[in-house]
Amino acid sequence: MRAPPALSASAPRNGSRDSVSGALRRSASSSSSTAAAAAEMSASSAFIDEKGGSASEPEYGHDPASGGIFSTDYKRHDDLKEMLDSNKDSLKLEAMKRIVAMIARGKNASDLFPAVVKNVACKNIEVKKLVYVYLVRYAEEQQDLALLSISTFQRGLKDPNQLIRASALRVLSSIRVTIIVPIMMLAIKEAASDMSPYVRKTAAHAIPKLHSLDPEQKDQLIEVIEKLLADKTTLVAGSVVMAFEEVCPDRIDLIHKNYRKLCNLLIDVEEWGQVVIINMLTRYARTQFLNPNINESLLEESSEKAFYASDDEEDEDKKAEAATLAKRKPYVMDPDHRLLLRNTKPLLQSRNAAVVMAVAQLYFHLAPKAEVGIIAKALVRLMRSHSEVQYVVLQNVATMTIKRRGMFEPYLKSFYIRSTDPTQIKILKLEVLTNLANETNISTILREFQTYIKSMDKDFVAASIQAIGRCATNIGEVRDTCLNGLVQLLSNRDELVVAESVVVIKKLLQMQPEQHSDIIKHMAKLIDNIQVPMARASILWLIGEYCEHVPKIAPDVLRNMAKTFTNEEDIVKLQIINLAAKLYLTNSKQTKLLTQYVLNLAKYDQNYDIRDRARFIRQLIVPTDKSGALSKYAKKLFLALKPAPVLQSTFKDRDHFQLGSLSHLLNAKAAGYQELPDWPESVPDPSVRNVEVIRLLERVTTLTSIPDWSKCTSRKDRKEKKTEKPFYSDSEGESGPTESADSESDSGSGSESASASDESGSGSESEESREETESEDEEEDEEKEKKRKKRLDKTKAKKPAEESAESEQSSGTEDRKRGRKAVKNQKSASESESESESSESEDESEEESEEESESDTDIRKKKTPISKQPPKQSKKESKKERQEMSLLDLDDFEPAPASAPVTPVNFLSSSLVSDLEGLSLTNNILAPTTIAPSGSIKMYELLHRITGEGLAVEYCFSRQPFSPDPNMVAVQIQFTNNTNSETKNLHIEEPRLQSGMRIREFTEIDVLAAGESVTVVMGIDFCDSTQAANFQLCTHTRKFFVSIQPPVGELMTPVFLTENDFKKEQGKLMGMNEISEKLMLGEKCVNEHVIVERVTATANLSRVPCGSEKECRFAGKTVSSGCLVLVTVPTKEGGAAQLTVNCEKMLIGTLLVKDIMQALSQ
Amino acid sequence: MIHSLFLINNAGDLFLEKHWKSVISRSVCDYFFEAREKAVEPDNVPPVIRTPHHYLINIYREKIFFVSVIQTEVPPLFVIEFLHRVAETFQDYFGECSESTIKDNVVIVYELLEEMLDNGFPLATESNILKELIRPPTILRSMVNTITGSSNVGETLPTGQLSTIPWRRAGVKYTNNEAYFDVVEEIDAILDKSGTTVFAEIQGVIDACVKLSGMPDLTLSFMNPRLLDDVSFHPCVRYKRWESERVISFVPPDGNFQLMSYHISAQNLVAIPVYVKQNISFFETGSSGRLDITVGPKQTMGKTVEGLVVTVHMPKVVLSANLNATQGTYNYDPVTKILVWDIGKLNPQKLPNLKGSLSLQSGAPKPEENPSLNIDLKIQQLAISGRLGSFISVGCDSLPAGPCDKALLLLTLF
Repeated sequence: MRAPPALSASAPRNGSRDSVSGALRRSASSSSSTAAAAAEMSASSAFIDEKGGSASEPEYGHDPASGGIFSTDYKRHDDLKEMLDSNKDSLKLEAMKRIVAMIARGKNASDLFPAVVKNVACKNIEVKKLVYVYLVRYAEEQQDLALLSISTFQRGLKDPNQLIRASALRVLSSIRVTIIVPIMMLAIKEAASDMSPYVRKTAAHAIPKLHSLDPEQKDQLIEVIEKLLADKTTLVAGSVVMAFEEVCPDRIDLIHKNYRKLCNLLIDVEEWGQVVIINMLTRYARTQFLNPNINESLLEESSEKAFYASDDEEDEDKKAEAATLAKRKPYVMDPDHRLLLRNTKPLLQSRNAAVVMAVAQLYFHLAPKAEVGIIAKALVRLMRSHSEVQYVVLQNVATMTIKRRGMFEPYLKSFYIRSTDPTQIKILKLEVLTNLANETNISTILREFQTYIKSMDKDFVAASIQAIGRCATNIGEVRDTCLNGLVQLLSNRDELVVAESVVVIKKLLQMQPEQHSDIIKHMAKLIDNIQVPMARASILWLIGEYCEHVPKIAPDVLRNMAKTFTNEEDIVKLQIINLAAKLYLTNSKQTKLLTQYVLNLAKYDQNYDIRDRARFIRQLIVPTDKSGALSKYAKKLFLALKPAPVLQSTFKDRDHFQLGSLSHLLNAKAAGYQELPDWPESVPDPSVRNVEVIRLLERVTTLTSIPDWSKCTSRKDRKEKKTEKPFYSDSEGESGPTESADSESDSGSGSESASASDESGSGSESEESREETESEDEEEDEEKEKKRKKRLDKTKAKKPAEESAESEQSSGTEDRKRGRKAVKNQKSASESESESESSESEDESEEESEEESESDTDIRKKKTPISKQPPKQSKKESKKERQEMSLLDLDDFEPAPASAPVTPVNFLSSSLVSDLEGLSLTNNILAPTTIAPSGSIKMYELLHRITGEGLAVEYCFSRQPFSPDPNMVAVQIQFTNNTNSETKNLHIEEPRLQSGMRIREFTEIDVLAAGESVTVVMGIDFCDSTQAANFQLCTHTRKFFVSIQPPVGELMTPVFLTENDFKKEQGKLMGMNEISEKLMLGEKCVNEHVIVERVTATANLSRVPCGSEKECRFAGKTVSSGCLVLVTVPTKEGGAAQLTVNCEKMLIGTLLVKDIMQALSQ
Repeated sequence: MIHSLFLINNAGDLFLEKHWKSVISRSVCDYFFEAREKAVEPDNVPPVIRTPHHYLINIYREKIFFVSVIQTEVPPLFVIEFLHRVAETFQDYFGECSESTIKDNVVIVYELLEEMLDNGFPLATESNILKELIRPPTILRSMVNTITGSSNVGETLPTGQLSTIPWRRAGVKYTNNEAYFDVVEEIDAILDKSGTTVFAEIQGVIDACVKLSGMPDLTLSFMNPRLLDDVSFHPCVRYKRWESERVISFVPPDGNFQLMSYHISAQNLVAIPVYVKQNISFFETGSSGRLDITVGPKQTMGKTVEGLVVTVHMPKVVLSANLNATQGTYNYDPVTKILVWDIGKLNPQKLPNLKGSLSLQSGAPKPEENPSLNIDLKIQQLAISGRLGSFISVGCDSLPAGPCDKALLLLTLF
C-alpha cells in the first residue's frame, strides 16, 4: 500500500527542482486520487512528503505534463480533504502536515477551512495542534466557519487539566473573530482567577490580543490587568506587565501597590519578562522618584557645555538654577528607588543581551552618577556577541559616551576595530572612540586611527578621516598634528581618501585660516587631480573664502574652472559661481571678465538652481541701473565672517529617547513609544506603594473564629496602624530601643533577666507582634509596674524555698550565669515546674496569651527543659499571672481573650495568630508555639578527661541568643577539673577558622579548683555552615587542640510567623529553595506532639500555628545571615509523611532535611 | 511585539513565513531586499530597517536572514536576542541551522515557532521545555513515525512550563549520573607589526553536560574567582550566591548548556602561544609580490598547538597566489581575496612555512598596505588564564537519591 522507497526518494527531488514552475501544476496524486484509490494514494504521497521533507513542494505534481492550473484548480486539494475526512489519525496528520507546509511557504490554503475545522476535536495531539495552527492563521478570513470550533475551546476551558485550559484559552484568544469578543472576555476573566499560575499567565497573554481585536473592551481589560498585577507568582509577572504595556501604559497608578513586589520578584522572572518589567519600571521610577543627580547634574552639564561651546545665556541660566539648587535640601534617595537599583543589578550578569541592555538603560536613566559606571563592563561584554547585538549596543554606548565619557574610558581598547568587523560596526566603534577621545588618550587613539586609514574598506577610511577631524576640533592640542596628518593624506593615491581629507581639512581650516595659507595653496594645486565633486567643491569654497591669503592663485584657479565649467557636477558649479563672485568683489580687475563668462555659462545651465544662483549673483555684484540697494551690501553678504562648523556627533542629544528602545536606535519616535518622563520637581507621595495586609488578617481572624470580637477588632486597629509604616522599611532600628527597654524593666528581678533577653532575641524577629503589644504596654504601664513590684517581692521570697540552684545567680558574670542557669534549669525543671503548677489554676493561665497556656498541666509535662524560654521563666510567668489575677479580679476564666491586652512584654514572642488560636481552641489541643523537645540538651565532648589530663570539657548548644553578638551561636562549655590540683588560666588561643567565621571567647577562667566544675558561654559565628571551629584550649600548663562542629539544627534561631506570613515566605522560597522528601514516621511518632518534639529537638525552630491538625510547621532563621528556614511536615494516614524544607541556603536545607528525617523516622 | 517572521536565504528566496498576529504581506520584505542590495556584504545589512508602516529587525545566521516584522516600539535587542534563540533552537533540534534542514523539517519548525511566541511575546524558549512539547527528530523516530503514524508532539502534557525552574525537566532519570564541564578559553589579541600586543583579552566559557537524575543542586567554585573580570550566567545560576560567596550554585538544566561565560582582561596574564614571522611585499613593477610566513611556538607551556589556521585578507588587486607550504594546505579564493593556510598541528622542530609569489592585476597600483593576518589555533588541556582552571571544584549540595546510590561526578576540564 505504500510507495516503494525508490519512488519516494526520487519524487521529491523532482518536485523541488522545478519548484517555481511546479507551483502552477496540479498534483499528480490528486489527479489520480479517484474515489477508490484515494486513501492508498494519498497515504503514499504522505509517505513521500515525510521522507523527502514536506518542504519539497508536496502538493505539486511530480509529473510536469499533468495539466494546467485552470482546468483542475477547483479540486486542487481534494486529496487533502479526503485525508482529513478519513478516520485514520495518521492520514489526518499527514494532511495537516502538508497543509502547514503550504502555510509556511505562504501558499493559500484557505479553501480547506471547512475540512480542517472539523478536526478541531481530534484526539491526536499533534493533529490538534496543527489544526490550531491552521485555525489561527485563517480564522480571520473565514469568520463564520471559525465559530464552529468555539465550543470545543469553551469545553477546553473547563478541563480539569491546567495545561488544556491554558491551551484552549490561548487558541481561543488567538482567533481574531470579532463576534466572539464577549466569550473571550468572559474566558479571560475566569482564567485570571484560575488556580493555576500557568493559566493566569495565558490570561495575561490573551489580554493584548483581545485589546487589539476590540479596543472598546479596554476598561474591562484594565480591571483584569489590575487583578493580575497583584499576582505573586513569577510566572505571571512578566506577561501581565507586557499586557499592561500594550493596553494601558499610561496607568502608572496601577503599579504603585505592586512596585515592591515586582522589584523583588524580578530576578526570578523569565528573561523576556524581565526586559519588559525593567523597561516599565524605568518609566515608573522617573515619575515617582527625585533625580538622584540633582546636585551633580548641573555641575556636569556646565563642564560639558564649556567643552563644546560656551553659551552665555546658558551660563546665566545655570547660575539661576544653581541658586535655586542651593536652597534645596540635600537629596536622600527613596528606599524604593534604591530597591529597584539593588534588585536589577545582578541581572547585568544575565546571558540575555536584552536583559543586560534593559538594566543598563535603567541605571543610565535612574542611578546616581557614581553608580552608573557598573554597567560599562556588562555592555562591553555584549560587544563580543553577534554583530547585530554589537550594532545595537554600540549605538547605545555612543549615546552614553557623549553624556558620561568617563564611564567607558577604561574600556577604550575594547572598541578598537578589527579587520573582520562589518563596516557598520566599524563606523560605530569609530564614533565611540571619537567620543572617548580626550587630552590624555588622544595620542593612542590617533595612532590607532592612522592604521585604520590604511584599511581596504573605503567607507571605513572615510569615516576614520572624519573622526580625526572631529578629534581635532574637540581637542585643541592636537589640532595641528591632525591637520598635518590630513595634509599628508592629500598625497594619498586613493582619491576617496584625498577627497575626504579635503572636506575635513576645509572644516578645520575655517577655525584658523590665517596660519595655513600654505595648506590652502597646496590644496589649490590639487584641484587638477581630484575628481570627487565634494572635494572639488570644498577646495573652491576654501579658495574663495580665503582668496586674500592666496591672491595670486585664486584667479588662476577660476580660469581653469571656467574652462571645465560645463563638465562639472552641480555642487562644483555652484562653488565656481561662488568663487567667481567673491573674486569679483575683491579683485575685480583680474576677474571681471572671467566672472561674467562663468555667469553666462551658468545662465544656460540645465539645472535651475544654478540658473537661479547665477541670476541672483549677477544682480547682486554687477552694478546696473536696476540693481537695488542690495548690491551695496554685496561685499558684506559674501565676505561675511562665517562661523566655523561644529563637528558634532550624530548621537548628541539622543538620550532623550529611552536607551535601548527602537526609537533611540532610529532617532525617531516609533509607534507606541512611551516618552521617558522628566524627573518630578517634588517628591510624589511614597506611601502609595505601601501594601496593605489588613485583608489577610481578617481572613485569619475568621478562620480562627474567636468568640470575643471586640478584642479582635482592637487588634486589627492596631495592625492597621502598623501598616501605615512602609512595608519594607528597616524596622530593626525601632525595635532596638524597645528591647533594651524591656530588658531594663525586667532586670529588676535578677532571675528573669536571662529569659527577658532571651525573649528580646526572638522579639527582634517578630517585631510585628512586638510592636502591637507595645501600644498595649503603654496603657497598662502603671498596672504592670505594680504587678512587677509585687512579683519581685514574691520571687525573692520564694527563691530560697524553690530553687536552691538559683542561689548563685547573684554571683558571676551575666553570661556565665545564664549559661549555667540553663543547664541547671534543665535538670531541676520538672520538679520546680510541678511545684509552681500545683499552686496555680489552669484557667488563670489561659487568660493570657497562648504562651501562658504552657502552664497547663498536660502540656507542661511534655515540655522539656530546652524550651526556648527556660522553664523558670514560665514559672515566673505563672506567678505573675497569679498576681494579675488578683489585681484584675476577673471573674470569667473561660478560654476567652478578655484580658489578652494585658499580655506582658515578656510574651511578645507569640504571634497574633497563634495568640488567637491558642485562645479559641482548648488548650490541650494545641501545643504552645515554643513547645520544647523532650530529653535534655545533648552534651558533646570537647576534651576527654584522659586526653585533657584530668580536665574534662563538654559543650552544648544552649539555644540562647548570644547577647554580645546576635549573629553568633551560643555554645555553653562546661569545664570539670578532675585532678587534684588547681587548673589556672583557662582560655582560648589561636582559633583557626574558615573564612568569615568568628569566635567570641569566654572570659578567661582564672582558677578552677580541684573537683570543681564551671560553665561558660562563648559565641561562634559559624557563617551558617557546618564547618568546625578549631581552636586551642589553654591552661596554665597545657594546650589542647579542640574543635566544635555544630549540627545544622543549631545554626538557627526560632522565628515567629503567623500562618499567613509563613505561607507568604514559603511562596517566596519555592523552586530551587524547596527540598521535599517523603518519609515514614517512626513507630513512636504517633501524634503531633511527638513530631513537634522531635523536630524542635533536632533544630532550633519554633512552631508555626496551622489550621490543619495533620500538618506541623516550623520556622526559624539562620543565626548568621538571617535566612528563613521553613519546615513543613504534613502527615498522612498510616504513618506516611512528607517533609518540606524551604531555605534559601540549599546546603542548610539539605542537611536539615536529613537530620529531621532521621529524627522522625526513628 | 513580533508580528511575523520571514526566513530568507542568501540568494534572496523567501522560504518560510510565520505570522503571530494578522497576516502581513510578504511584500514588506521588499524593503529588506533593497537594503540587502545596498549593503553588498550580508554582514552589512542594517539590523533594523525602517519602512513606512513597519520595522524590520533581522539577523544573519548560517547564511539565512531571519527577518522579523515589528509594528510598535520594542527594544531591538529583545527581538535580536530572540531571533538568535530561534536559530539556536533549530541548531539544537536539527544539528545545524541551514536552509535545507529547515525545509526538511518545516512542520517541526512551524510547531516550534508556534510554541516559542504567543501573540509575538516569547512563551517557551527553554530547550528543555520545548523538547518536552515537541520531540526533536531522529532518524529512528522519523522511521517509526512513518510506519506507525505516531507524532513528534509529546504525548504527555509538558509540566516544565509550570515549574519555577523552567529550564529543567521533571523526572529525569539516569542510570549513570554524570556531569561534565568543559572550560573553553579564547584569547583575543591584536598584535602590531612588530609582534607587540596591542590588546588582548581572554574569553572563556564553561560548557556543561549534566546528566543527573532528579533535581540536583550543584556548586562550582573557583580557587581564584578574582581573576574573573566579568561573568554572565545561565539563568539557572543563583546570582545572590555568586555576589556574596563567589560560588556558582545552580540546579542544572538537563543535557548540554553553557553554564557561564567569563572574561579576563588583565594583559599580563595573556601569553600568546605562537609567534608569526611574516613578510609580504609587493613589487613596484612587474605586478607581482612575494609572501613568506613562518609560524613558531612561543609560551605553549609544553602543550601542542593544534588546528592552526592562518587567514590572510589580501588586497583586491591580488589575482592569484603561487605558494609552497612546508606543512598543511593553502587555498586562495580569488573572489573573496582570502588566503587560508591550514597548518594543523604545529611541529616545534620543523616550523611550518608558506612561501611563494603573488600575482597582481597588471596595471593596478601596488597596494599601499600589507594585509593583516588572522591566526586561529587550539591548545587542548590548557587554560590560558592558568591558575583559574586547575582549581575549579565541583560540589554537590544535593544529589539525586535515584536508582544509583553513588552519584558519579566526572569532572573533565577542558
